[in-house]
Amino acid sequence: MMFLKNVLKDRVAAASFAILVAVMTVGIFAPVFAPHDPEEVHMELRYASASWEYWLGNDHLGRCILSRLIYGIQPSVLGVLAALLLSVLLGAVIGFVAGYFRGKTDVILMRICDVMLSFPSYVMTLAVVGIFGVGLEHILMAFLLLKWAWFARIIRTSVMQFSESDYVKFAKVAGVGNAAIMRKHLIPAALPDIAVIASSSFGSMVLQISGFSFLGLGIQAPKAEWGMMLNEAREVMFSKPEFMLAPGLAIIIVVLAINFLSDAFQAAVDPKLAASSRKERSMAEAAAGRLERKEVA
Amino acid sequence: MLHVHRVQKSYRKGGMLSREKKQVLHGISFDWMPGECLGVIGESGSGKSTLARLLLGIEKPDGGTVRFDGRNVADRKARLGKISAVFQDYTSSMNPFYTVEKIVLEPLTTRYGRHFNHHGKIDSLLFQVGLDPAYRVKYPHELSGGEAQRVCIARAVAAEPQCIVLDEAISSLDGSVQVQVLDLLKDLRKLYGMGYIFITHDIEAAAYLCDRVMFIREGRLEEMIGVNRLKEVQSPYAQHMLKMVIR
Repeated sequence: MMFLKNVLKDRVAAASFAILVAVMTVGIFAPVFAPHDPEEVHMELRYASASWEYWLGNDHLGRCILSRLIYGIQPSVLGVLAALLLSVLLGAVIGFVAGYFRGKTDVILMRICDVMLSFPSYVMTLAVVGIFGVGLEHILMAFLLLKWAWFARIIRTSVMQFSESDYVKFAKVAGVGNAAIMRKHLIPAALPDIAVIASSSFGSMVLQISGFSFLGLGIQAPKAEWGMMLNEAREVMFSKPEFMLAPGLAIIIVVLAINFLSDAFQAAVDPKLAASSRKERSMAEAAAGRLERKEVA
Repeated sequence: MLHVHRVQKSYRKGGMLSREKKQVLHGISFDWMPGECLGVIGESGSGKSTLARLLLGIEKPDGGTVRFDGRNVADRKARLGKISAVFQDYTSSMNPFYTVEKIVLEPLTTRYGRHFNHHGKIDSLLFQVGLDPAYRVKYPHELSGGEAQRVCIARAVAAEPQCIVLDEAISSLDGSVQVQVLDLLKDLRKLYGMGYIFITHDIEAAAYLCDRVMFIREGRLEEMIGVNRLKEVQSPYAQHMLKMVIR
């Protein structure tokens, strides 16, 4: 919690955090916030511009764009968040086991990770979609399948540094069990690192899912999704460019907010800003962590 | 009694597929008697920290045995409440998220269970290492080097072990603080009747605190001698080390 408090001292980060919380709340309670049914067709209102009844206008089938935008939060942001949390959880479990126990366990798990990481992520996603058919859940499944290895890698590095520290050594000497050492000493220490890597890939995952929906591989027709809304507006891109604005801005704002927040997370774990007790590990991190962090895109 | 019998340890050099190994310890044997303070003297790279990890049971030797009262120290239950440690780097010796109270409490709850009534115990431990009870709520980064090392010592003696391994425990402290900590260790030894294994590169500190010292060089035991007969060392290496100090 100290960590979050530090992060929110930064005004941009606090604003980003507020935006994300607001977007997610609206998304979760979409039926409450949406003024209209997002799938209700009004052919007489095709491409109508903004009005008091329909704040952001109507799309090519006369559906309320604002309502579709609000319902679109569910797959675009919440779905991605769920996939992200699951893959971070899986990656964390494997990373902790590999980083703490080392030896053969580590070698075997990391070779499995290497295999997973050697597939280009877009190709694997397309393969999963090819095998299981189009649909949001299949793309999220592909994310889960691909991202855990990357998370496991980074969390392992972080856990390794901490498990070499003398307080973990002392706990081992004193006879504290492995599970208790992980719970009491390693999880709190590794949590900021996990927050940083998870948030930094959150943004790219939101973009990817919008991209796949734009290509028609994600969520299917009557349901709303931001990428798909962009695709629908593409037909009138030159005659009525304003229809690209709403979903486009939504994606940009959310991804920017995520990226700013993730930057603030990184700054908060930065050695120069943190307490002196972190000094030592940060040096190792500078050498090991930075390189890997760049692989995210 | 701690019985070390022909321990060997080597680490793999280079990557995963490399067969090349670096032998760090070559068949070291010695006994540590309860209540004794044994100094282990060696230069950096002599394998003394590796030896410490083996004695503490957090690493296993490749060959040979380390037994405490007949049981293998690698067994967590065998060393529970019997052996403890103070490390060199006091900054990484304490969980930065813990208060002093929680730090000192850890070995106590481990040994006596979570519902151990610790009230008063922590105050008296802090008092014994020369710290005010007000330190209970402080975090590690708020402590100076000497204070931090005192907290580490309080933590090490908390569960009243028979043996404490001090791995370069005073090496990163200032000269005057070193003497204070050495005196503290002497007092605690009298109070609890426990013994130390004092690992250091500093002969003077070892001579000040220990009953017996052993010299380690390149993973081999060079010589073992009582502190009062330190001037009579036979091996050229020990003589050389001694000469360096006297000069």
